[in-house]
Amino acid sequence: MQAKVKAKGSAQPLVVSANRLRDGRVVWLAADGGWVEHLHGAVVYLGEEVDAGLAAGEADEQRQLVVGAYAVEVVETPGGMVPLRMRERVRVDGPSVLPVAAE
Amino acid sequence: MDTIERHAPASASMYKGAGIYRYDDFDREFLRERVAEFRAQVARRLAGELTEDEFKPLRLMNGLYLQLHAYMLRCAIPYGVMSADQLRQFAHVARTFDRGYGHFTTRQNIQFNWIALEDAPDAIAALAEADLHAIQTSGNCIRNVTTDEFAGAAADETVDPRVYAEIIRQWSTLHPEFSFLPRKFKIAITGAPGDRAALQIHDIGLTAKRDAQGRIGFEVWVGGGLGRTPILGFRIRDWVPEDALIAYLEAILRTYNALGGRENIHKARIKILVRDVGQARFAELVEQEFATLPREKFRLDPAIVAAIEAHFTPPPFAAVPDAAAALAGAVAADAEFAAWVGRNTHAHREPGYICAVISLKPIGGVPGDCTAAQMDAIANLAEQFSFGEIRVSHVQNLVLPHVRQDRLHALWQALRPLGLATANVGLLSDIIACPGLDYCSLASARAIPVAQRIAERFADLRTQHDIGTVFINISGCINACAHHHVGHIGILGVDKKGEEFYQITLGGSASNDAALGDIVGPAYAYDDVVDAVETILRTYLAVRSPGEAFIETYRRTGLAPFREALHAAA
Repeated sequence: MQAKVKAKGSAQPLVVSANRLRDGRVVWLAADGGWVEHLHGAVVYLGEEVDAGLAAGEADEQRQLVVGAYAVEVVETPGGMVPLRMRERVRVDGPSVLPVAAE
Repeated sequence: MDTIERHAPASASMYKGAGIYRYDDFDREFLRERVAEFRAQVARRLAGELTEDEFKPLRLMNGLYLQLHAYMLRCAIPYGVMSADQLRQFAHVARTFDRGYGHFTTRQNIQFNWIALEDAPDAIAALAEADLHAIQTSGNCIRNVTTDEFAGAAADETVDPRVYAEIIRQWSTLHPEFSFLPRKFKIAITGAPGDRAALQIHDIGLTAKRDAQGRIGFEVWVGGGLGRTPILGFRIRDWVPEDALIAYLEAILRTYNALGGRENIHKARIKILVRDVGQARFAELVEQEFATLPREKFRLDPAIVAAIEAHFTPPPFAAVPDAAAALAGAVAADAEFAAWVGRNTHAHREPGYICAVISLKPIGGVPGDCTAAQMDAIANLAEQFSFGEIRVSHVQNLVLPHVRQDRLHALWQALRPLGLATANVGLLSDIIACPGLDYCSLASARAIPVAQRIAERFADLRTQHDIGTVFINISGCINACAHHHVGHIGILGVDKKGEEFYQITLGGSASNDAALGDIVGPAYAYDDVVDAVETILRTYLAVRSPGEAFIETYRRTGLAPFREALHAAA
């Protein structure tokens, strides 16, 4: 079983992610304190800076905006920022499969 | 037993179709109240009156999970039996509240992957309109009872297990003593000597059978389960008389409820309790509990059984003396149809009829997925060809249980343009796969694309038919929702430093010869696992004796030739 990896304390750049309460969609904490649906809009933290992002996430959990905020490790690539781990890459991209003939 | 008494049907004439349990006013009022209760709970959550910790157990009691991308609603299909109208309602939910498709599971349920929390009460209300709900699809309660997908139809059946599955459903639904068990609890039941319900991997497995005098009783298996500690159940009783069934189940559940671990979620299933106290001691404890139960209170009255049986009266089968000959003629005239008949049908107990399996495993498709359009089409076909009945199998296919043999060719022709006539039941592309990391928040690795790539590697059905029966089961994590331990070829997705790897086991079985697979060696990377499966299958083709199935070859040779081939290919 894969739990959310505890990325806090990682040497990697970090972003903060959660699921939106009302519909469960994956969201990322942005620089303006809001939540965006695309990783490229996320604010990047280094080291202990992420504590501020996690605190913002916890506050927004109390405000019934999101569920389960946590830190996610990312890497910079020529194509932009991507999560380090497969689980988070799937959260960014959505399912890698779709039904053959979904309407 | 009050619930069962209240639910006794007024008369058989009220039923729109045959073989489907019909709700009465009591059932419907109960569901309406349940929907209203859940609607209020969701409103309180959205308003901030409930925290997530407070709300989570409430939503889980209504089958609502929070997964990777959205909320997932798991809807119960009691013992995998549904009507055409109910399947249409699932199509409606898929279209209205989801993205136009659903996923049939190994628990004979259906899951919708894209439900919004704010829509969930309306989705559940829509289910209730068709006598459907999501109760007992989550939480530490007795879950949806599962059974043989050919129940009430199979030629080899001795007792119709749907009757007892329904009795167990009514007994267990919201059972106050068993709603907060140490862990979830799964019961499977069959009424045929051939196990098509994977009895030995369930917390309780029941085989309904008859003694020499024709009386009905039950062989009882207990303590099975997969997950991180896979254990096959043991036979605790060869015979429990029909009228003592509920008492005996109570005795097992009470023993488990009292002694099962609650400290560690990984050591809380009944299999761990049985392992720790020993089978003999556990059996003693159950018998002690059984002996002290007030027998009359828990007695399963024959009148109750008869009342439930009335829900499952056989459909009005026609006398069709020429049906078998007509089918034989169609088979002789059309090789493609013959291949489908050879794999996708099962003998029916009624002369002139046959059970037809609709494969939800098209080459390159998502195992168990079905679009709303397909659901509607299957519902229409069920009404046209099978008295409006549909079954879900635990291998994630659908079944039309009562098809006239002389109309089977017409059914097959209707299924083809829908992409639902793949002749692969029991073949290597009939893969059981859990949603895996594409959807599930617990998963370590993807399962669906591995299944797709294996099926595409062997896309030529002639090759699959040559290889013959082989069950491939792929789980995206150790929770084993795809039963990988009991696949002839089992594949387990694991996480290694954030990347997907796959451990392969060989030799598992979920049938009467139940066995847990043996690990072949180190795990394979995502890009390599399909090559490894191909090596295993080619090794089988090379070493098999004439007429020998994959599992038989494996049992004769053991791991050695497969390991050697995999090592050589590495």
